[in-house]
Formats: sequence, structure tokens, C-alpha cells
Amino acid sequence: MPKIAMTVNGKQVSADVPANTLLVEFLRKDLMLTGTHVGCDTSQCGACVVHVNGHAIKSCTTLAVQANGASVMTIEGLAPGADLHTVQAAFKEAHALQCGYCTPGMVMAVVDMLKNNPKPTETQIRHGLSGNICRCTGYHNIVKAVQIASGQAVTA
Amino acid sequence: MAQDGIGASTKRREDYRFLKGIGKYTDDINQPNQTYCYFLRSPVAHAKIGKVDLSVAKSAPGVVAIFTAADLEAVGGVPCGWLITGKNAQPMKEPKHPILAAGKVRHVGDPVVAVIAESLNAAKNAADLVSIDYQELPAIIDMRTAQTKGGEPVHTEATDNMCFDWEFGDKAATDAAFAKAAHVTKIDLVNQRLVANAMEPRAAVGVYEIGTDEHTLFTTSQNPHVIRLLMGAFVLSIPEHKLRVVAPDVGGGFGSKIFHYAEEAFVTWAAKKVGRPIKWTAERSESFVSDAHGRDHVTHAELAIDANGKMLALRCDTFANMGAYLSTFAPVVPTWLHGTLLAGQYAYPAIYVNVKAMFTNTVPVDAYRGAGRPEATYIIERIVSKAARELKLDQAEFRRMNFIRKDQFPYQTPVALVYDVGDYEASMQAALKLGDYAGFPARKAASAAKGMMRGIGVCSYIEACGIAPSSLVGALGARAGLYEAATVRVNPTGSVSVMTGSHSHGQGHETTFAQVVASKLGIPAENVNIIHGDTDKIPFGMGTYGSRSLAVGGSAIVGALNKIIDKGKKIAAHLLEASEGDIEFKDGAYTVKGTDKKKTFGEIALTAYVPHKYPIDTVEPGLEETSFYDPKNFTYPAGTYICEVEIDPRTGTTVITSFVAADDFGNIINPMIVEGQVHGGLVQGIGQAMLEGAIYNDKGQLVTGSYMDYCMPRADDVPSFKVVTTVTPCTHNPLGVKGCGEAGAIGSTPAVINAICDALDIDNIEMPATPERVWRAAHAKTMKAAE
Amino acid sequence: MYAFDYVRPASLADAVKALGASEENRPLAGGQTLIPTMKQRLAMPATLIDLAGIAELKGVRRDGNAIVIGAMTTHADVAGNADVKAAIPALAALAGGIGDPHVRNSGTIGGSVANNDPAADYPAAVLALNATIITTTREIPADSYFTGMFKTALQPGELIKAIRFPIGAKAAYSKFEQRASRYALVGVFVAHTGAGVRVAVTGSGAGGVFRSAPLEAALAKGFSVDALKGAVVPSTGLLSDIHGSAEYRASVIPVIAERAVAAAR
Repeated sequence: MPKIAMTVNGKQVSADVPANTLLVEFLRKDLMLTGTHVGCDTSQCGACVVHVNGHAIKSCTTLAVQANGASVMTIEGLAPGADLHTVQAAFKEAHALQCGYCTPGMVMAVVDMLKNNPKPTETQIRHGLSGNICRCTGYHNIVKAVQIASGQAVTA
Repeated sequence: MAQDGIGASTKRREDYRFLKGIGKYTDDINQPNQTYCYFLRSPVAHAKIGKVDLSVAKSAPGVVAIFTAADLEAVGGVPCGWLITGKNAQPMKEPKHPILAAGKVRHVGDPVVAVIAESLNAAKNAADLVSIDYQELPAIIDMRTAQTKGGEPVHTEATDNMCFDWEFGDKAATDAAFAKAAHVTKIDLVNQRLVANAMEPRAAVGVYEIGTDEHTLFTTSQNPHVIRLLMGAFVLSIPEHKLRVVAPDVGGGFGSKIFHYAEEAFVTWAAKKVGRPIKWTAERSESFVSDAHGRDHVTHAELAIDANGKMLALRCDTFANMGAYLSTFAPVVPTWLHGTLLAGQYAYPAIYVNVKAMFTNTVPVDAYRGAGRPEATYIIERIVSKAARELKLDQAEFRRMNFIRKDQFPYQTPVALVYDVGDYEASMQAALKLGDYAGFPARKAASAAKGMMRGIGVCSYIEACGIAPSSLVGALGARAGLYEAATVRVNPTGSVSVMTGSHSHGQGHETTFAQVVASKLGIPAENVNIIHGDTDKIPFGMGTYGSRSLAVGGSAIVGALNKIIDKGKKIAAHLLEASEGDIEFKDGAYTVKGTDKKKTFGEIALTAYVPHKYPIDTVEPGLEETSFYDPKNFTYPAGTYICEVEIDPRTGTTVITSFVAADDFGNIINPMIVEGQVHGGLVQGIGQAMLEGAIYNDKGQLVTGSYMDYCMPRADDVPSFKVVTTVTPCTHNPLGVKGCGEAGAIGSTPAVINAICDALDIDNIEMPATPERVWRAAHAKTMKAAE
Repeated sequence: MYAFDYVRPASLADAVKALGASEENRPLAGGQTLIPTMKQRLAMPATLIDLAGIAELKGVRRDGNAIVIGAMTTHADVAGNADVKAAIPALAALAGGIGDPHVRNSGTIGGSVANNDPAADYPAAVLALNATIITTTREIPADSYFTGMFKTALQPGELIKAIRFPIGAKAAYSKFEQRASRYALVGVFVAHTGAGVRVAVTGSGAGGVFRSAPLEAALAKGFSVDALKGAVVPSTGLLSDIHGSAEYRASVIPVIAERAVAAAR
């Protein structure tokens, strides 16, 4: 059984895991970081998005062993303590979440999107969200949240 | 208005835990010594189950136990919650729905063997070693030919595969109206099968405590008490006091998590058998073949119109697909939730509807966001637009001239319902203005100049929410009452805990219900906690569906609050040495009329728990009240939606360039949340119109069994929306509210299709209107023009 | 997923050795196709050889009049690479439109080209730009590399090291997506060089990516949108599925080709 070690949300972790363990399984079951969700099995929905070495990836389509030695950030590590990250705060402000299930992946995707494109247009936002499916919000308020988080809209 | 009270766009308190990734969904719950369950499901649609060989699998590493139908003989089947009586007083056929398939499999995904193991992978590895001999039978897939196809029926109890043949309305009056009609519009419609696809797949964790003989089920449900009732009483024979059902954070429902499913009964049962907790979580591909699907109607409809453009009568013949088994509320969807809505917003005096419900070798079909009302609205709003086109009348004007007028309420429809209130002209005018209906011809011309085809579609929907008076639904076949319950517990220091039977799985009840309490008691919303989703914590509840939470559940909370306020008056009268009749409660304080004598709500609460100076002879200590609210009528949200599309005829690509919604939901507690509900509904309805569809091949294989083929709407498929509300308060519930959860999904689908048909100048197009279908229609038009 | 062993060799030689140890062994690139396939239990490798530890397989370099992209370079890295953007902007744009942002951060050019999914984007670029597949044993010209749906000229044990794209074509890629999967329903890559015009179509061919003779012939007369007017692509040999019939794909291909030509630079 491979031994893996990685940094997760700034903390060093290590474990022996079977090679067929997905990163999302390792996060949810071994580390009890249940904020990262699984919404599909074909790498489409994006509920499982986390950052590996600073890039948004689908943790359901990544083996835990592939992240050996990497730095992983999940929704739980996005903002310290009780704080909300700018993107999290914008989601609340704009009512960009309902059931909350897609939200962690959505937020992690948006953080990465804004890192690469700090002032996206609405079209760029919508394309940038195409790897994340939300069944509740109709995306309208998620787009608004991205605009707020990127300083392009004052309020919801 | 109390800050964060009724009418405020209060930010949601549930957001924090969801945004931080610390919500608790069912799959996040782990129990000590937990095992994992994997269901081996039928790969074929229709077959006799021959020999099942478990011998190798049982000795596979990590296996705890393996069960088949033979182990479940003493267990009941999954029950149906509604009895429909068809023509000639014939009750519907109600074949048994076993927890694990017994003797036969009836759809791809029917669970046959349950493997419990130390890990999910171990369970799957063992399942690979199970050998099942399927003796395949011809699959019955097309509901239109199911009655005459011959061969082995889906169930021996229904040899012609018909579950019921139901009719409603006045056939003679309808026929008479058609006989004198100047114009008759006919349409054939397919309301395709959809998959709800809440983003959280279903999951269940069963726990049994041998020391107390208590069962606990954690499950992804919209209504934990309903599950406790159905599973406890009908499936497992566990009395309520020994059965706790918890629906924690639930990641969306849209109807699909109303129903009682075999998997949750199985893990509850098997947890006792194996003496360990059992977790089951669906994978998405499993959800596709085991969650109840939605819609799946085929309809022929006819509309009679007189020489002045007045609609006279509507008649519909519908096939409704029940799938392989009757899901919990399946029979009521195409009947009482559909037939009774066929008046729409119009004053036509005669309606007749016939619905033939069929069994097929497909996943069971049940309520999906809107449940029956989208099907009714699709019929009405498509045929009305087609009629306007045939009569060369403006589609908005034709609707307006047939609307039920504002002065006609309460309005008795020809299909049993009494609409209490509405103003259809107001929402129509709001939509026309917001959508710049008048400016459409110029926009169409501009599109044409670019080689693009632009169309506009109107839909004026009505729906019935807040289901519903128990006496009425009982008379219609419901096997339960449809009231709602709430307990308001005022704690000694004045904070308030509310236990509600409504369940939030995205709706934001923890915020809106607290706003209601804050307004009624005049206390800050932050002093109010809303508790839901646990049968051990809340008094009772029929749950959340049919946009009923605020109209019914909220009314129950108001009922309990009124009792609290009244009891407080007695205590205040004693403390203030006044008569009860002179006590007024306002803005969080009890005062003696015409004086400055006053006790705050907090003081009264403390007194109730520290009853030193107290009317103890007539009033009990404590401040906690429960109320059950049984609605007097449905509520009737209504509105008008306008969709505008632009089509590239060379590829069939259709872009929604504008979508406006004007809804009348009655009074509104939290406008921000209401708008969010509308947005989400709109996209689900647009998804049906343009993207989504569950497709079976003749063998009964679900061709669209993953997100690779079932097209979920994504952010770049849809536009931003313009939504407004008009208000006519509901006349029969204390908040004057109607419900907003489903309107978007009900009204948007016909609006989009009407727009596409308008753009292409055609009578109809099949849903989803994919680029190829649109291209074919545009292409046919071009070819015809060239002739 | 079935159980398997996992190794992450640090050198290409070790990877080839590990791969050759058993016919049941499989290389792992970005995993965006292989991992979902394994999750569905449709693949059962004995040992998975993760190529992520091999430095020489990563990155983009300019080599004379060509851009050479290491097999393990992600789509996001290609899309954002300054050399690619400057030398072959069409290729950068194609990479930036594959799948979704998260897929682009994991998926690799080598994985995509080795898999040869009939709806993948990269094969169209490789074929239209007349690229060369550099493997552990040889160099394979694009025209003899793609041999059918999910089939390539790669031999067992042979790994893609890099792909060399010649610079200098006026080119663009345009894609018409299947809305559910977001793979190409019709993807057309056009490339115009002094040597002529190459048009590669992905998403539509029953045998995977292919060059369209009628479109190449039309564009040979003049590399312009007008030259495509009246061009007809036959529906024979095209895919038909629930997302698009062969007839529909045949009709859409010239339209998408027009868009690509209009965008070419």
C-alpha cells in the first residue's frame, strides 16, 4: 500500500492508502474533510473541485497517490478560522447558493478563475463556470457573486 | 417592520456552514463500526430471475453479508401513498414493489442483490462474483403501445399494463362546446421524461441500537416523517417510537427526495440483521437508474374557440408513464395535480381530460419540480399559442381577452378548483413592459438582417401550491393528511426555538421562518432558531414539496405563535394587574391599552419559567405551543413569462436573448430568496425545453445515463434573468403567501418552446429543442420556401 | 476501482521498463479519461505508471521553426504558454477550450493524443498542422498516426515523449460542442501554409479525426470564407448518435469550417 504525504490546508498529512483511492475519498474519509463533495462519476459536475499546487482540479478524477508531495487546498482551508474568503462572502451577499452541495466546488473554481482573470466579463464568468453544475440557483446569482468578488458590482 | 423581519432580503444564515464546507449531508455522517452497502442492479429491463449464485461472493474478502429477495419475505413492499380511482369506479392496479427484486426484474437498475462489506470497494468486488441467471423478456418501453403490445406484462396484476384509466371534467358540456366552436386547434405534445438530478446523490445510513431496540435512519429526504410513516408502518413494521428518521442537510430535492425508496428501507432493516451501521451512497450513474424520474406524458389536446376568439373548451387525452412500479405519489401527478389545473388563467367553461397511466419497463416516474402543473401548463400554453398563430391573433392579446378577470375571484373553475384571488392582467402587463414586447418587431428585423431568426414566446401559467386541505385530498385518494405542524418553544431568557415539519433542502427556511417569528414576536431574528429534519426533535410534519413550506408550514408556525402570544397576554395581565382583554401585544411588548404599563416579551418568557408571581391557578408554567395547520384551499401563484430567442438556422443553435418573469406569489417574506427560487426554476424549465431528456432504447437501456449524455444546464447555456413580482395576497392563510418554489419550472418551458416556434414560424417542435431539431425545422422551412 | 499497483518513475527509461513488464500495465498521464474509465471498472491495469514524475516530458520549447510540447504538458499550460500563443495562437486557443478549467489543469496533450477520442480536440490540431508525434522509439507523422477511433500507430510499450508542431500556418480551430459532455460534436481545424491547406475534423468521424477532402479542395482555391460557399461534406463515414445524426454533422461541418477560416491568423 503506497505511503503518501502531502500538505492539506497548510498541514502536513501522511497515510498509507490503497493506490485505487481517489483524492476526494482520501480527503473525505481519511482526513474527514467532508466539505469536498461528489456529485457525479464522469468528471462533469465539479462538486469535488479542490486546488492542487494552486490549480483547481477535480478530486474525483485524481488519485490520492498522484497528489503525493503536493500542496492541496480544500474549501475548509480557504479562509482561516471563522472568516469567509472574499469569494465566500460574495456568494453569501449575492444569494449564490441554495442547497449548498455544489457550493464548495463552485467557490474553489471561482477562486481559481479570478486568480487567472481578475476582472472577467459575464461571458467569461459563464464559460469559466462551465465545469461546475448547480441545479438550484440557475447560475444568475453565482454570476453576480463573481462580479461582486471581482469588484465589478457593488451589491447584489 | 422588524429588522430582518417579513419583507427583508435577509442574508441566509445557512450559508455560513455551506460556504465553509462544514454542512452535514447524509454521506458526511459516519458511524463507529460502519459497513458499506452496494446494490447489484439489473442490467436488463425485463427478465425472470433464474438461479442466483452467491456462494463465491459470500467468501470474498471483507464481505459482511449478502441479501436477496428471499431474505426479505417477511418485509413489506414499497408502498404507494395515493389511490386513484378510474373510470367505472375501478381502483388503480397496485402491484407489489419489493425492496429487492423478487422473481422478476422490471427495469434496468432494479436492485436484485445487496452486498454489505467492510468497504465499498470490497462490496463491489464481491458483487462482481455474484452470478445471476436472467431469462430475458421483451421489454415494454413505449407507453403508447404498452396496452396492445402483448407478451408478458410488466406485472401480472395488470395484464394490459394499464395502471388506471382516469377521466375528469364534464365530457358532455365539452363535446357540446366543440360542436358549436368556430375554430378548433389541435396539438400533439410529448412532455419528455426528465431526471431530477439534485446535485447530492441519494444516500442512507441505517443504525440499530440493540440496547434500546431503536432504529435510526439518516436519509436524503424532503420529508422525514413521511418516510418514518411509510417505512415504519408499511415496510418494516417498526412503531414510530422505535424509529427515528433524520434528514440532515440535503443537497437539493426537486421532488425526487419526497419518495420512500427501497434502499433506505433496506439499510434500516439490514442494520439490525448484521448488527452494525450500514451506509449506502448512490453514485450518479446509479441515481440515473434508481431515482424516480419526472414528467413523461404524451398528450393530444384540442381547444374550442368561438368566432370572437373566446375560448370555449379544452379536451385532452394523455398517456402517463408510471414506469415499472408505483412510486410514492406517482398516481396523483397526472391526475389531481394535472387535470385540475387545465383551466389555466382562462375562463373557458368546459374541460374534459382522460389519462391512461401505463406500466413500462422503465424507472418509476413521480413528481418532479411542479409535478402535474408543468404538464398542464405545457398543454394549455402551447395550444393557446398555436391557436393564436392559426387565428392570426397576437399571442399576448389572445391570452388577455380570455383571462379570468380580477373581479371574477373567487373563481370556480370547471375542474373543481376555486381560485381565491389573482390579477392576471397585472402580471401580463408587468411582463410585457419588462420584456419590451412592443419593441420585438424591430429586434426581429435586426436579427433577420444578420441571417438569424428571432422569436418571442409568452406563457401565462397558474399553479396550485400549498397542498392541501386534508379532507379534500382524502376524498381524492390520499392516504395521509396534508397539514403541517410546528412547535414554538420560547426559552426562559426569551430566545425562541421553532420545530417545523417543513424541510429545507435549499429553500432557506432557517432564514425565512426566523423572519416570520421575528416579525410576529417583535424580537431580533438572531434570537430565533429553526429546527427541522429530525423526527425525534420535531412534533410531526408532512414535509416540503408542492411549494407548501411557507403557505402550510409557515401557517402552522403562525398558529403556534398566536397561542404563545395569547398565553403571554394572560401572564402579562396578571403581572400588570389588568384584565386580559385590555392587554395588547405589539413590537415585542405587552401593554395595557391606554397606559404606559408594559412588560417585554422577554420578561413574560422568564416569568413563564420562573412563575413566582403567576396566575398559576389558570395558566400552566412554561411557554411552548404546538399548532397543526390544515389549509383551507390550495394557493394559486400565477404569472406571465416572456422568452425571446435568436436562432442560427445553419446550425440550429438557439440562444435565449432575454427572459422575463412576472410572478404573483402573494406576500413575500424574503425577496432575495424568492428571486433565487425563480431563477433556479427558470433554468430547470429551460433545461427541459432545450437540453434535457431521458432516452430509453427499445431494449430498455437508458441511453442518457450520465452527464456525458444527459444534458444538465450549465452557466453558459442560460442568460441572466429579469424577474419582478406583482402581489395579490392569498386570502385564506395567515401570511397571505402562495409559494414560489415551482413557478419558474412550470412557466418557462412553454415560454421557450413558444419562442422557438415563433422564430421558426412552425406549429410545434419536440423537446428538448436541440440544435439538430431546430436545424431540421429551419431547414424544412427553407426547403419549402425554395419550392 | 479495481486494485492496482502504482509507480511514479523519475525517468523515461524507468517508465518504459515498467510499462514493458506486463501487458496489463498502463501509463497514466493526466488521468482525465483513464480514471473515469477505471472508476466504472472498465479498465483493470495491473500497474499504473504515472508519468508525472518525468521532468523531460513536461513543458514547451521552441525548436527552430517548430514548437515542441512535452507529452505531460497540461492543456492549461499550453493555453497560457507565451511561445505557443505567439507562434501558433490557434493551438493555444484550442487548448484553452478543451473540457473545462479543471480538466485543463489536469489533462495533458500526450494523454489526449494517445487516447485519440473521436471527439477530442487535440487530434484535429495535430492532423491539420501536420505535427509529428515523437515517441520513445521513433517519430510518427500525423497522417500515419491516427488509425481509427481510439486507435493510433503507437505500439505496446511505446510512449509519446512530445509533439512537434511546425510554425507558420495561418490557422484556427472552431468547435461546436455536444452540450452535455462538452466534447466536440463538430470541431474543425484549418491550417493554411505555403504547402497548401489542411482541414481536420474531429467529433464527427466514425473512424475518429479525419481530413476533409472537399473542404481542403474548396479552400485550395482560395483560403477564404467565400471559397467554402457551396462546399458539401458527405455524411457517409460520419457518426450518428443521440446528439447529432450524420446528416446533421455533415451540414454543420462546413459552417464550423467557415468560422475557423474567418478566425484564422
